Amino acid sequence: MYSFLARRLLATIPVLLVVAVLVFLLLRLTPGDPAAILAGDAASTEQIARIRASLGLDRPILVQFGIWFGNLLSGDLGESFYYKQRVTDLIGQRLEPTVSLAAFTILIAVLVSVPLGVAAAWRFGGWFDRMLMGFSVLGFSVPVFVLAYILIWFVSLKLGLLPVQGYQRLADGFWPYFRHLILPSVTLSVIYIALIARVTRASVLEALGEDYIRTARAKGLPELRVVVRHALANAAVPIVTVIGIGVALLIGGVVVTESVYAIPGLGRLTVDAVLARDFPTIQGVILFFSFVYVLVNLLVDLSYVFLDPRIRY
Amino acid sequence: MDTPGLKQYEALSVESAAALRQEGAWRRVQRSWSVRIGGTALVVLVAVALAAPWLGTVDPALFDAGSRDLLPGERGEITTLEGATLHHKFLMGSDSFGRDIYSRVVYGTRVSLIVGVCAALVALAFGIVFGLCAGYLRWLDGILMRVMDGLMAIPAILIAIALVGLWRASLVTVIVAIAVPEIPRVTRLVRSLVLTIREEPYVEAAIALGTPTWKIMLGHILPNTVAPLVVQGTFICASAILVEAILSFLGVGLPPDIPTWGNIMAEGRIQFVSYPHNVFFPGVFLAVTVLAVNILGDGLRDTLDPRMARRV
Repeated sequence: MYSFLARRLLATIPVLLVVAVLVFLLLRLTPGDPAAILAGDAASTEQIARIRASLGLDRPILVQFGIWFGNLLSGDLGESFYYKQRVTDLIGQRLEPTVSLAAFTILIAVLVSVPLGVAAAWRFGGWFDRMLMGFSVLGFSVPVFVLAYILIWFVSLKLGLLPVQGYQRLADGFWPYFRHLILPSVTLSVIYIALIARVTRASVLEALGEDYIRTARAKGLPELRVVVRHALANAAVPIVTVIGIGVALLIGGVVVTESVYAIPGLGRLTVDAVLARDFPTIQGVILFFSFVYVLVNLLVDLSYVFLDPRIRY
Repeated sequence: MDTPGLKQYEALSVESAAALRQEGAWRRVQRSWSVRIGGTALVVLVAVALAAPWLGTVDPALFDAGSRDLLPGERGEITTLEGATLHHKFLMGSDSFGRDIYSRVVYGTRVSLIVGVCAALVALAFGIVFGLCAGYLRWLDGILMRVMDGLMAIPAILIAIALVGLWRASLVTVIVAIAVPEIPRVTRLVRSLVLTIREEPYVEAAIALGTPTWKIMLGHILPNTVAPLVVQGTFICASAILVEAILSFLGVGLPPDIPTWGNIMAEGRIQFVSYPHNVFFPGVFLAVTVLAVNILGDGLRDTLDPRMARRV
């Protein structure tokens, strides 16, 4: 177990290293001189040269990478060109809305999709199963911002039930915070529900075909117990896996959802940074999101040991 | 990331290579209702894109200060570039510049389809080259796949947003930026196919006969990867159309004067409370297009990839 843990942790190092190199190159391969962008349109050649020297942009690219990577390892993502703030502080300030949105989304998605997927597998081929499969193709196809506007139009404008957009900090009270998060989380969870429900259905369907299910039924267990305790428990590994893979989808969705609902989170920060060509912030946010993604999938791998006692590393 | 889910998918896709070789694969495809429905919808959309100038549209860039914020179906005037005034029925209303939403949506079909198809082709082309190299040239495998693992760890939409934002958006940069994050998935698929196919007796026979490596790769291995790649390409196309709309909507995609569905929605969102149709019409077109491509992809997967179909 511990040797697996060590090996699995070590395996993430090359991935993160490659991510760092790619993110570094991403901004070096783009046309345009970061120093000129930073200095602004009115800057003289000397000013640009001074900025270039102060950023170390005049050194060889390998040295630049060395310095940048060294800072990265000590947790320093540099200073934002646009906000004139440390990128780590920027990310820290924007973390609460994004984490809240993601957490509510995953919660809604799992609570809705797993029962739906189990029910579809239980009545495989029936009307409910077909309806769910149809819905899941639809869920993959309706863009998150189109869905967002449909929900805003119906729930907020027509019915007047929830705020149209905006965000309230948790510190200002739970109810306003929660009210502002309902629509964005529901919007974002739809594609996630479609994904998880599909995999849950397929995975439970496979488990239901096993001999131990017949045994469980033969010894007279109630159907609910057979489906949940025997089938679902044995189908857990692919379900948890897809929840982990889906985090990439979730991050993409967060960027869009925060934009539609005017939530001042990391997604909004990403778009603003790209529009302002704020290189250090773009690098910082991408690194942060990729790190989260790798971390989540590491946890997913580790969870197999608890979900399925047959798996021994 | 080594995830059992993906591995399973890759292993199962090998089945589809065999499936295509079986007689009647093409007939099975034609019989599938998903393929028929999705295919028909797509043919209609392609026709709309090609016939855009003859569908009662005006130049999507034209505007008229007197025809601002019309509701769907209202009549108004629009000034052509030559200065002539046309009477025009605004089927989907007009935006705050007095441009015809219907014309912009119809012309937007072109951009979406071009970006979707081209991004899929670019991703497939690079994925095939990298996948063949990784699967056949063992010394390259380790490095190439580590780079792909790293690329896969960065959420796709972030790569696309960053690339487009930094390159200054044009049709080519948007297509490339959307295709880049899809390359690792194609590479992994091709690589796993190659690893299976290279053990086949006919490849061994070719090697024994002294056939050059490039000839084996192109003549013996590549043709057997077609079926799963067609399926994969359809799904990339669907997601590329979505991502293009997202980029435009966020304001980092194609310049606002080019009529894309995302751009129309981005302009419409400011007045969403009073004129929701400016967002809904392009949104419906977008959703229907992506749905059609996804249904087509599902149908192709079910018929070309029978083992996969039973599972998900």
